[in-house]
Amino acid sequence: MDDQTVLKTTPLHALHLSLGARMVPFAGYDMPVQYPAGVLKEHLHTRTASGLFDVSHMGQVVIRAKSGTYEDAAFALETLVPVDILGLKPGRQRYGFFTDDNGGILDDLMITNRGDHLFVVVNASCKDADLAHMQAQLTGCDVELLEDRALLALQGPRAEEVLAALWPDVVEMKFMDVRDASLHDAPCIISRSGYSGEDGFEISVPADQAEQIAKALLEDLHCRPIGLGARDSLRLEAGLCLYGNDIDTTTSPIEAALEWAIQKPRRTGGARAGGFPGADRILGELANGTSRRRVGLKPEGKAPVRAHAKLYADAEGKAELGEVTSGTFGPSVEGPVAMGYVPTRFAEPGCQIFAEVRGKYLPLTVAALPFITPTYKR
Amino acid sequence: MLKFTAEHEWLKLEDGVATVGITSHAAEQLGDLVFVELPEVGAELSKDGNAATVESVKAASDVYCPLDGEVTEVNQAIVDDPSIVNSDPQGKGWFFKLKLKNSSDADALMDEAAYQDLIA
Repeated sequence: MDDQTVLKTTPLHALHLSLGARMVPFAGYDMPVQYPAGVLKEHLHTRTASGLFDVSHMGQVVIRAKSGTYEDAAFALETLVPVDILGLKPGRQRYGFFTDDNGGILDDLMITNRGDHLFVVVNASCKDADLAHMQAQLTGCDVELLEDRALLALQGPRAEEVLAALWPDVVEMKFMDVRDASLHDAPCIISRSGYSGEDGFEISVPADQAEQIAKALLEDLHCRPIGLGARDSLRLEAGLCLYGNDIDTTTSPIEAALEWAIQKPRRTGGARAGGFPGADRILGELANGTSRRRVGLKPEGKAPVRAHAKLYADAEGKAELGEVTSGTFGPSVEGPVAMGYVPTRFAEPGCQIFAEVRGKYLPLTVAALPFITPTYKR
Repeated sequence: MLKFTAEHEWLKLEDGVATVGITSHAAEQLGDLVFVELPEVGAELSKDGNAATVESVKAASDVYCPLDGEVTEVNQAIVDDPSIVNSDPQGKGWFFKLKLKNSSDADALMDEAAYQDLIA
């Protein structure tokens, strides 16, 4: 991005500045990377208490069939994602991804059945392209980007207690439930999900009431503001993909080890098998496997192994295997953690490989994901 | 004598040997350090060459050698506990000692007042 580009801001921008955030450009927005506490403390606070994240840069989109029925909207979206959307119950949410004709991933998203329509949340960096894609392909639907709403993520073992102060009914929600709620008289959509590996919520709020609600949540001393820096280390410890790093148009969902998100009705032999872009490749890979897989990687030493570090079978850098797609220091793991792609024969946990870091070949062990034990309330 | 570089290093000069570290300003900008890699004792380093690497949760950064010289001692304590660099960057958080090739090279570096003006 050149210096002339004016960064967009979220409805919480003034709050971030007042909290002393360090701001950075991210996906065209001026976003808080950290607050004065710093990434390490913010990360640990989220795992032990609760953290509040501004994720208003993400795209919140309503898909409504012109016929007015949920079924027609679900059938339509199933032509773009390999997910069972028709079978999704009202008030329930599912993870999915838009695929392309080559079986690559255009974006990943959260999909909710809102009774008579669909509500989806897409990545900030992809939202313009996703919107154009849906508007072009979902001809029987009205696809609307909600520009007058902010999105807050409240994550951590004390998130329920923090949110219950504003809305006691939250205790009835389970992981991946989605409910309407009134917070300080603002109409909100609350999902019990997130991107940290902890129990928690994402709260869609009217833009003009976002700051008031964020401040109300932060009044609880167990809840602190958390920046994008800790958001990244939390999601990586939780084994969750970052679009653009770990998955993109060059990776298929099966290579990315995301086959759990493709339910039976969309698989070969299912009631609505295929019918999404790249289905031949993706269903073929489900049956026959892939030549490479996304795996967790645990560096054996203390040095973080970052994205784009090359992976090798040997400590001399002779047999290249692939590359690291995300890597950082995991504050809860108290050591470096990473993800990357390796040939399938190296994809077994326990397999030792090497990564090139500043001219040295550091040993890593292929590890099961996630690196932490999630606390989702199932 | 205390000197500073535009790369945010400090040097404490005694008898032709410089104790080198990163400034409080640099430590604050980097955030909590989680990894430090130091040069080998005996290494001959050139001015502006890579001397050390520090990593925060977010990113890796290079620490450059402020002057030509030979590494005579390194601070293993910051390798074992990188948080020392954040808590006491201009004291216990020193990185390495450098026997200067030419002691007079240090004259060209900034004094504390000039460095404070730079980061102001």
